[in-house]
Amino acid sequence: MTVDLILFLILALVAVATAAGMLFSRNAVYSALFLVLNFASIAVFYLLLGAPFIAMAQITVYAGAIMVLFLFVIMLLGAEQLAPIKVLPWQRPLAIGLAAVLVAETAYLLILRAKPAADIIPPAETVNTLGELQRLGMALFNQYLLPFEVTSILLLVAMVGAIVLTKREKGERE
Amino acid sequence: MIWEWLIKALVLIFTLLIGFGYLTYYERRALAFIQSRLGPNRAGPQGLMQWMADAVKLIFKEELTPDNAYKLVFFLSPVVTMVPSIVIAAVIPWGPPVTLFGQTFNQYVADINVGILYLMSIASIAVYGIVLAGWSSNNKYAMMGGLRSSAQMISYELTLGLSFVVVILMAGSMSLVEIVEAQREVTWFAVIQPVGAILFFIATLAEVNRHPFDMPEAEQEIVAGYHTEYSGMKFALFFMAEYQKMIVISAIMTTLFFGGYLGPGVDRFPWLGPLYMAIKIIILLFFMIWVRASWPRIRYNRLMAFGWKVMLPLALALVFITATGILLADTMGNPWLMAIIPVLSLIAGWIATLMVDRSLRRKSYA
Repeated sequence: MTVDLILFLILALVAVATAAGMLFSRNAVYSALFLVLNFASIAVFYLLLGAPFIAMAQITVYAGAIMVLFLFVIMLLGAEQLAPIKVLPWQRPLAIGLAAVLVAETAYLLILRAKPAADIIPPAETVNTLGELQRLGMALFNQYLLPFEVTSILLLVAMVGAIVLTKREKGERE
Repeated sequence: MIWEWLIKALVLIFTLLIGFGYLTYYERRALAFIQSRLGPNRAGPQGLMQWMADAVKLIFKEELTPDNAYKLVFFLSPVVTMVPSIVIAAVIPWGPPVTLFGQTFNQYVADINVGILYLMSIASIAVYGIVLAGWSSNNKYAMMGGLRSSAQMISYELTLGLSFVVVILMAGSMSLVEIVEAQREVTWFAVIQPVGAILFFIATLAEVNRHPFDMPEAEQEIVAGYHTEYSGMKFALFFMAEYQKMIVISAIMTTLFFGGYLGPGVDRFPWLGPLYMAIKIIILLFFMIWVRASWPRIRYNRLMAFGWKVMLPLALALVFITATGILLADTMGNPWLMAIIPVLSLIAGWIATLMVDRSLRRKSYA
């Protein structure tokens, strides 16, 4: 248990530090790299919780595919350097107010609504085995088939939209 | 227990390092053989020490860092390229369990139940090193190489992933050890799904930036691509990563499609496992070198069109065919119905080849 605790503390430190680095970095490429590190540390969190499938999916999808595309776009546009920011006058009070609301909500849920640890099923036994992987697939394609298909249609529509927006008609001048 | 892992990991790393050295030698000799010349034969008997001479030369070369490079990323990206190429080998089984000093040892570093997803995730982060090298050099040509490599690797990763799905369907497992054992019962998956094996081979050529898909380092167009500004040991790391990826990806292909360590007599003498593995890897590596010697580089837009318009639909069709065949064999209770998988997939592959041929014959092909 103590090893898990130490691992968790170190990982949490890395995750928070990379998230902060992502926000404060002045170079968009560095921001993207910090975000990749953040995704990787979250994947290790999943491993720690005994969910290797989600961990690997996290790395493949977020760190491997989406962030590579982000980097690709940043580099292609040459948008590494941020322009000097103009602070909108109402931005800061609004941000502070929203953050306070978030903290209050989290505190309320944590203190009043959180279940005692004994009620939570230990995740290691439930997600770790291959049978569980098959059960995940079964649940995804039987019980949740409609949301799954709707999600894929949404993605398809987004893709068609992007193509329509960027495609030049034949005979159209540049 | 921890010592066992450490020793296994060290053995694996050193094998890959030595393998890299001899792969460069092997490639140069095989290319020379195909082009009817001799190749390196001066350093050591038959030139066997050539890679050591190369290594010494590279170590003593001057290391240059461009003035306007992003120093930290420029320094880190060879390492970021190198590490995935070694780490990915951790899940590959090299042989059946062996008994040594009265204890049983498994011939793999780790057997995780999501082994194939592990391969996918490591393969997908391998692109970072190259992209970052191109960007941090602050050089137009290096940047173009990096951009090309990221576009190419993302495109061909889809085909790679779908070929993985074909294997998972046939084996019913994501663990590489169980995939090899599943091939013991039926036969090599390359026999059941020959087109899948070929697709996987082509996709891996694109993933490791080998000929004819080596657009990120096309010399005639963009100097040397992403490693234009690198010299000395930093360049050597890129070089090393590329050749180690070749070895590792051949090992993965052997495991997935060519029965891994299986072979005659491997149950009685488990030490034969790594030997069979090595023989199969060397044969696959020869195919990679052969491709390099035979085919010119594909133009960039054709590379992309090939990936998206030929490889991806064909891979989807293969997944569908494989699933249908397995379902039929299961519901009818007749395992011979599996035979429709190779037949249908060969027909699908033939149709795809015909389409490529037709579109290449058209003059207006852009």
